[in-house]
Amino acid sequence: MSERIVEMEVLRYNPETDAEPRFQRYSVPCMNEWVVLDALNHIKETIDPTLSYRWSCHMAVCGSCGMMINGEPKLACKAFLRSYDWLIRIEPLSHFPIQRDLVTVIDDFVTKLRRVKPYLIPKEDKPVAEGEFRQSPAELKTYKQYTLCINCMLCYAACPEYGLTTGFIGPAAISLAHRYNQDSRDGGREERQQVIAANEGVWECSFVGACSEVCPEHVDPAGALQQVKIKSTVDWYQEHLMPWSKK
Amino acid sequence: MSAGGKPFVRKVSRYGWFLRHPRYLRYMAREVTCVFIGLHALILLLLLRRLSEGREAYEAFLHDLSGPAGVALQVVVLAFAVYHSMSWFNVTPKALPVQIDEKFLPGAVIISAHYAGWLIATVALLVLAGVF
Repeated sequence: MSERIVEMEVLRYNPETDAEPRFQRYSVPCMNEWVVLDALNHIKETIDPTLSYRWSCHMAVCGSCGMMINGEPKLACKAFLRSYDWLIRIEPLSHFPIQRDLVTVIDDFVTKLRRVKPYLIPKEDKPVAEGEFRQSPAELKTYKQYTLCINCMLCYAACPEYGLTTGFIGPAAISLAHRYNQDSRDGGREERQQVIAANEGVWECSFVGACSEVCPEHVDPAGALQQVKIKSTVDWYQEHLMPWSKK
Repeated sequence: MSAGGKPFVRKVSRYGWFLRHPRYLRYMAREVTCVFIGLHALILLLLLRRLSEGREAYEAFLHDLSGPAGVALQVVVLAFAVYHSMSWFNVTPKALPVQIDEKFLPGAVIISAHYAGWLIATVALLVLAGVF
């Protein structure tokens, strides 16, 4: 196990004393196989206990440790130090207000996630005695990719539309809505369409595609959003050209 | 809500944001090159207008187009129009995934189908124009 000194520039912000954020530099003795999160933990344990950041699982499952690493949205637990030069610049996720140091205010995302109703809304009530809602492997495959989202918000940090238009529902929330809309057991599409097919839904997306490039779970939110656009367009034509076809 | 002081909001530049990363520049290149598709349509419209004005006007316009400036303009327009079209073809698998039972058709097949459609349409137009 080889050790080397990594210089880390970390954006610090204390809302009680600072007017604006500033970079603080740390020289951190690191093992070669460490990830950025290990280096931050080392800073907190041995150099500066005041450094604040979120983390939990250390294995790319919880989605807590998203941050900008050399300007790129990354999970700190998945960013190996050996992939970087001697100097690494760490900032909180872009497009979110900074609460303290690397901790961001994520209320906006959580509110939007709630608005898209990311849960199964069965087509009709079915007594338990009638058995389970059955689904074929092919029906599962249709939406499975979108179930992999861990709500890490890297896609929001990469999305320039979200940075410029804060009302935009955004990649992860719309992808999750799409996940339930694609589910053969679900009947809640019309309720979700009120949110995701509105102006601040998919139509704010101009298909930059950055969300899919940075997604650590390969969910492909950009794909989900384009598919929602196509389905919403078909809805519009059906409603206007074939009003009788509407249920 | 957040606690312990006022959160700091970082402003995003409305004009310079696309300079932050090469992927944003690639996006802007795809979007901006649509201007050349418009320019190509404009050349075609002008051609039709000259045609409606009679043989002399039409031939004079063709003469202008085949001069050095006209050829240079068309080469530039064609290059950017091709780039624009290809950049869209290459993202079609995201918007139009094709599921067959438990598998999705590979993206390369969907992209290739678009190129094949493009080729067929081009050949059909050339046949209609009497080139072959």
